[in-house]
Amino acid sequence: MTVPDMDWSPLWLTMQLAGVTVIVLLLVGTPIAWWLAFTRSRFRTLVEAVVALPIVLPPTVLGFYLLTALGPHGLIGGAWKDLTGSALSFTFSGLVIASAFYSLPFVVQPLHGAFEAVGKKPLEAAWSLGASKLDAFFTVASPMAVRGYLSAVVLGFAHTLGEFGVVLMVGGNIPGVTKVLSIAIYDHVEVLEYTQAHFLSAVLLIFSFLVLTIVYTANRRLPIHVS
Amino acid sequence: MKRLDARFSIDYPGFHFDVAFTVPLEGTTAVFGSSGSGKTTLLRCIAGLIRVPSGFLQFDQAVWQDDAQGIFLPVEQRRVGVVFQEARLFPHLTVTQNLKYGMKRSNPSLRRIDFAHVSELLELESLFERRVSNLSGGEQQRVAIGRALLASPQLLLMDEPLAFLDQQRKKEILPFIQRLNRELRIPVLYVSHDLQEILPLANHVVLLKEGKVAATGSIQEVFSRLDLPGLVESNVVGAILETRIMEHEPQFGLTRVEFLGQSLFLPQQALPPGAPLRVQILSRDVSLVVGGPPATSSALNTLEATIVEVRNSPGDQYAVEVKLDVGCPLLAMITRKSFYQLRLRPGQKVHASFKAVALS
Repeated sequence: MTVPDMDWSPLWLTMQLAGVTVIVLLLVGTPIAWWLAFTRSRFRTLVEAVVALPIVLPPTVLGFYLLTALGPHGLIGGAWKDLTGSALSFTFSGLVIASAFYSLPFVVQPLHGAFEAVGKKPLEAAWSLGASKLDAFFTVASPMAVRGYLSAVVLGFAHTLGEFGVVLMVGGNIPGVTKVLSIAIYDHVEVLEYTQAHFLSAVLLIFSFLVLTIVYTANRRLPIHVS
Repeated sequence: MKRLDARFSIDYPGFHFDVAFTVPLEGTTAVFGSSGSGKTTLLRCIAGLIRVPSGFLQFDQAVWQDDAQGIFLPVEQRRVGVVFQEARLFPHLTVTQNLKYGMKRSNPSLRRIDFAHVSELLELESLFERRVSNLSGGEQQRVAIGRALLASPQLLLMDEPLAFLDQQRKKEILPFIQRLNRELRIPVLYVSHDLQEILPLANHVVLLKEGKVAATGSIQEVFSRLDLPGLVESNVVGAILETRIMEHEPQFGLTRVEFLGQSLFLPQQALPPGAPLRVQILSRDVSLVVGGPPATSSALNTLEATIVEVRNSPGDQYAVEVKLDVGCPLLAMITRKSFYQLRLRPGQKVHASFKAVALS
């Protein structure tokens, strides 16, 4: 079988989307996870529920709300337009924001669990040794939570790779801009281009398998065991 | 003299915590009380790990907390070393990195304790290459103490550091803590409910009871007070003797122990012959005989003693404390009348008769 004349841009776009989304989610998700792990606020359970919503909501429902919010008159899209002068819907940036909501629990939950496992005790020890709160976070809490970070990155990345419904609702199907892998495969199947669909699917399958294997191996060898 | 001045008050559901005391910042001050008396709460307040709404804390000239003025110095700026019940070592760092964690963050001009000295004092050299998770409980606690010391704290807070160790490990660590006292001039606040840990360590005592200060002062003062309800034998502790069990005399309900080649008797113990036994003598239980050993006496334990020092009892104006040397220091509290009748003076040889009590 020869490699057919194929458009590889969906693959590249998907990797970019997943990568950027994970970075955004680490920046946003870490403080949320930290707050959830250590707060005594009565709003904790409420925030926990909101974070977990994307797990249970059908992607089309989430996508529908995000489409509304990201639109030029929406809550996020409107603010974005005031700020940058351009619209969010059917753009790569819009896709990143939508993916971030979609994959939020997959980053926040492992981090939340990891920070809870670290607990206050090592932090108190670090503070008493003269470390500021930020210093203790970077030199004690984060290294001790390294397995949580690994899970968060992998799950966030993998979950964004396979995203379909939300992207379709929010991003549409613009080649090179919002046409990600899962949608490209769907398109190929629609027009009976099974060879191309096979190739893209196989790439995604092998890639996912490799990443997960590497991560689980690395995770097993990590020296940190937080009980 | 430098002093620590503390006043904390907070209402927890079912527990009113209200303490106020001043202790000198030298030697070891034991915060002593049963569990639930508020010892750990007090230590965490002093460390700055919790902030009670109305508190005042002054370390020498520096005010660390004064809620009347909205002052609260965060823990990382107090330069207090804290040794917790669990060692709380950082599992992602080596022993050496753990030891240097606080040192690296300390102001070089304020460093008073060098790495080599602490390593030698706590015998840490053999542990440097070990992984934290492979250390025994006692070793972990030694590293934790070293880590706290190397940050050059101005006050060392120890929260029942031996609580999770078995008797064997406790005996292993206690001498190290005693050496810290002698060799490094850092004031220590040592929290414990265990008189056995406190007796060999403490210079001062803050006695807590149900969230209140029941007594405070030097260890002699506090333990010589008879007006402390609910306290362990509240006489002055006269001496702590390390003895070995020789034999049991069940017909008399006694156990004979050996101390510096001499025999002592105490109420029968459960331990087998050969086992070490720490014995406490209360100074109220010591009586003195001048002029040769008593030919006949009901006292089972009599040791030859030399008077080292005589002083008035701080707690009782009709009592006199006599410091004796029986191979180790022994304190006797006798009546002023006996003191005058016997004409006691330093250097004199006497015989000390006493009742001995097992500590463990």
